Order: sequence, then C-alpha cells, then structure tokens
Amino acid sequence: MIDGQPLFAGTAEGMALILDAPLSFWGGIDPSTGRIVDVRHPQHGQSVTDRILIMPTGRGSSSSSTILAEATRLRTAPAAIIVAVADPVLVVGAIVADRLYGIRVPIIRADVAGHIADGERVRVHSDGRVVLVC
Amino acid sequence: MVVLSEAARYLPAMTGPRLDRRDHALLSGANGPAAALAMEILVALAYAVDAPHFIDVERAHIDGCLYHGEAGLDFATRLVALGARVTIPTTLNVSSLDLLHPDRFRGDPATARAARALMDAYVEMGCQPTWTCAPYQSPDRPLFGQHIAWAESNAIVFANSVIGARTDRYGDFSDICAAITGRVPYAGFHRTERRRGDVAFDLAGVKGSLLGSDVLYPVLGHLAGRECGTAVPVFSGLPPNADEDRLKALGAAAASSGAVALFHAVGITPEATTLDDALHGTPPARTIEVTMADLRAARDDLSSMSDGSLIAVSLGTPHFSVTEFETFASLIGGRTFAPAIDVWVNTSRAVLDQVRASGILESCQNAGARIITDTCNYITPILRRRDGIVMTSSAKWAYYAPGNIGVDVAFGSLTDCVESAVAGTVVRDPELWSD
Repeated sequence: MIDGQPLFAGTAEGMALILDAPLSFWGGIDPSTGRIVDVRHPQHGQSVTDRILIMPTGRGSSSSSTILAEATRLRTAPAAIIVAVADPVLVVGAIVADRLYGIRVPIIRADVAGHIADGERVRVHSDGRVVLVC
Repeated sequence: MVVLSEAARYLPAMTGPRLDRRDHALLSGANGPAAALAMEILVALAYAVDAPHFIDVERAHIDGCLYHGEAGLDFATRLVALGARVTIPTTLNVSSLDLLHPDRFRGDPATARAARALMDAYVEMGCQPTWTCAPYQSPDRPLFGQHIAWAESNAIVFANSVIGARTDRYGDFSDICAAITGRVPYAGFHRTERRRGDVAFDLAGVKGSLLGSDVLYPVLGHLAGRECGTAVPVFSGLPPNADEDRLKALGAAAASSGAVALFHAVGITPEATTLDDALHGTPPARTIEVTMADLRAARDDLSSMSDGSLIAVSLGTPHFSVTEFETFASLIGGRTFAPAIDVWVNTSRAVLDQVRASGILESCQNAGARIITDTCNYITPILRRRDGIVMTSSAKWAYYAPGNIGVDVAFGSLTDCVESAVAGTVVRDPELWSD
C-alpha cells in the first residue's frame, strides 16, 4: 500500500498503465478513442481508457484540461491518474468533467515507482491510498 | 455556511489555502451560482499548486474560446446558464473562426457552428471580442507589477517578461474562473521567488550582424525553450534596442519548444537591470555559452524539409503588429508575389484597422497578401493547399504546423519570406549564419 495525496479525491479500480515519460493530453491523447497518439511517446498506441494511468507528471499545453474533460464525456478517460508531481492542468480538467458529466477521474499524487507493475490491478481510495488488488 | 471543495472534504492532512471572507462568500454562492462553481474549481487548483491563499487579479485573457471539443462548449454553456459575468477586464484569445472572412474556413460546418457557439458564450459572459493571441499589442494592456490571469503561452511569457506583470500559466477553464471571481491561488509566477532566473545564456560568442537581426530571436527562443523546459532563462548580450516584436518572437518560441513562462534579457526587460538582478543575487543553476553552431542547429531544427516546392508563406504567429506590417511593406517595396504562392498574414482586428487607416494594408494586399483575423492558420483549416512547403518567420508556427495541419515547413527571416514569396521558391540568406 502507498499513501498518496488526493489532488482530486475519489475511488477507482483498474489495471495499471505505467508511462515511461510525461504525457500532454492535448496532442497526446485522441479523446474519441482513448489512445496515445503522440508518436514520440514511448507508450504510443496504447489505450488509457479505464486504466489507472501512472506517469511522472502531465506536460505541455493547458488545453489538456479540455482533452481530459472531453475524454471523460466520451467514456474514454482513465479510471484514475497517479502522478509523482502534481499537475494542476489535469486537476482542473477532472473537476470540470465531474461537475459537467458526474464522472470522477480521481487524481492522486504518489510515487509508486517500484511498487506497482504495468498491468497489475490497482485500487485508488478517496483518502489517497493506492492498493494492489490480488 | 462554508462549502468546501470536494477535494477539501477528503483532505484533513493537507493544509489547504487560507480563505478570506470574500472567498468564502464566493464559494457559498453569495455572488451567484456561476461564481460559486468557478471558485470551487479555483480551490481545487489551489490545492494542486500548494497555494497558501488567494490574491486579486486585475485582468484576464481567455484561451478557452478556441474549440477543442464539446466539453469546452458544455462548460461555457453551463456558466452562461448559471448567469456568469466576468468581473475584471477580460480579453479573448484567437478562436477557430475568422469572423471577418468566414469563407476562408475549410473545415466541417458542424464544427464551425460549435466553434461559433463557444465564441458567443464567452462574449455573453462579458469578455471583449478581441480574438487575438497578442493582447499585449493593445495600448490598454497590463502594467508592471500588476497581478493578472492570462492564458495563451506566448501572451503569458510576454506579460511576465516584457511588461513585468505577474501571471501564472492559466489555461482552459481556470482562465474564465479567474475572470468571474477576480481571484487566483497565490502560486507560481505570481510569487517573487519563482521569478528568479535559472539558466544563464551568454551571447558573447554570437556575431554582431546576427544580434542585430530579427531572425535571431525566434531561433534563440527555440533553443532556450528546449534547454529550459519550465525554468526561467536569462539572456546576457542582446542589444539594448531589441524591440517588442523581437522579444515577442523570442518568448513565443521558448513557450513552444519548452514551457517557458518568463525570461529575462539583461539591460532590456524590467526585472533584469543587471544579471545579478535577474538572478536575485544567487548563482545560476546553469550557464550556457551560445555558439553560432548552436544557433545554426536550432535554426535547422525549425525546418521540417528544404527541398520540394514552395506553396505558401505564413506570417503573424503571434499576430502581426503595426510595426511588423510596416517592415513587411517596406521589404515588399512595390513588387508582387509569385502567383502560385499564397501569402498569409495573421493579425488582430485592432491592428487591421490601424494598418488600413495608414494605407500600409493596401500596399501589402496589392502585392498579394491575404489577411486572416480572429484566428490563426495553424489551428484551423484555412490553407488552400498543403501539398508542399510553407515558409514562415515564426518559430511557433514552424513548431506546431507540421503536427497540427500536416505541412512541411521552411523557416527563414522575414526578408527571406518576402524574397521567397516574390521568387516563388525558397530563398535564404546564409551570410548571417556563418561564423
């Protein structure tokens, strides 16, 4: 179990998708499919939909807020996002999506490197705890 | 009753921002439901950026009026339905449509309708329909030391660096929330300590003729953005007469290849009277001695290819200023552009009115220039052809256009762009770049 800080609190469960590099949602994710479309990103082509997305931090454009909200609207968003460094752009996107569509994408600040492997089943609690599900 | 943000309810261990009486009033709906929603979003943002409290902002510039999908329109529509009004002077960034030349739009009509509805929603909230990414070219602009909430990366870096106003990096949703409440988390570039220079760039090794040329600035900005990411660059050795158009090009480039929100130019920008001043009396994290070879490499990085045929020239990213129009007209010198080359100039309505009145516009249009207002031709489908090379003097355009609209780019100086448009083929002056 890892004690994280909820930047936008909520509960979620899903398979971990660990990104090896920061990702800009704008230009990086196609909200109509949930796939990573940034050709320079190491996880290019993978789908973030319903995954517990684990990455160092967000990157780049502030328009990423809208892309997270749009992906949430289209049901292609991750189940939750865990970042090592807080990303205000994603927090704003998540809270707006919740207010507009009633779907919460929790965002947790936690360093899970070495604790969680790609593809493992993970549960995120509203107090920020990140737990492996056996 | 105090309504805490959703995040706050779950955060007994985290120190949240200290809220004053006005903040509590905003949250509790005393200023209406739209202001309560906006403040709730700003409180969540304050947690994410570890802000100790909120501060007033005196102006806002909104980027959320550019259409990126239905979620953006849903949010603006919700705010309008809740009765949202901006409470501080608020300008609007470029949108997806050129309302003065609507026939130029070559995209899906349904997207155009949604984009138009988004524009209308922001105007209904009381924002000024400026539709420009260069709001700092207006005479009514922020003042030194003023706290503002600006979105649009090139406007942010210009306001912080050249004017010395203070804005953090705002964007979609947070920009309009700040405009409605007049409040922002005290964080990032609002704070004096974040404004300290991090990376020192020494230009002593750059030859004088290049230092005196427009084309240096976007190239240097491109190089600095890649080196700095979110850090603050400090440039020593730029000529003291570097004008605002040059600094605009430098900042826009650094905010494209990197996430630079503030730079200092020693002896030029207001928080950099001396190098020590820019560094707040501490040593830089890093010093980079810029060489001619570094600049040639950065210049080459801005061109996606250099053979193939030239189909167009694009200028005015960020929006062309009055002085840029004057330089452009004098470089044209009464000649006309090759018929096969579309020459596009992106600008604002306000600048267009000024150059129309002075007669400069007519001389540019007589040469064959096509004017775009309210938007920019790399974020929306306007170009008539994309099957060749587009030449530009903008590092920002060169950085984004290949990915956004799928064209090949040749980067060059404004002089190179004009000569190429006249000749109908890419012409560049290599002399400036030799050792």
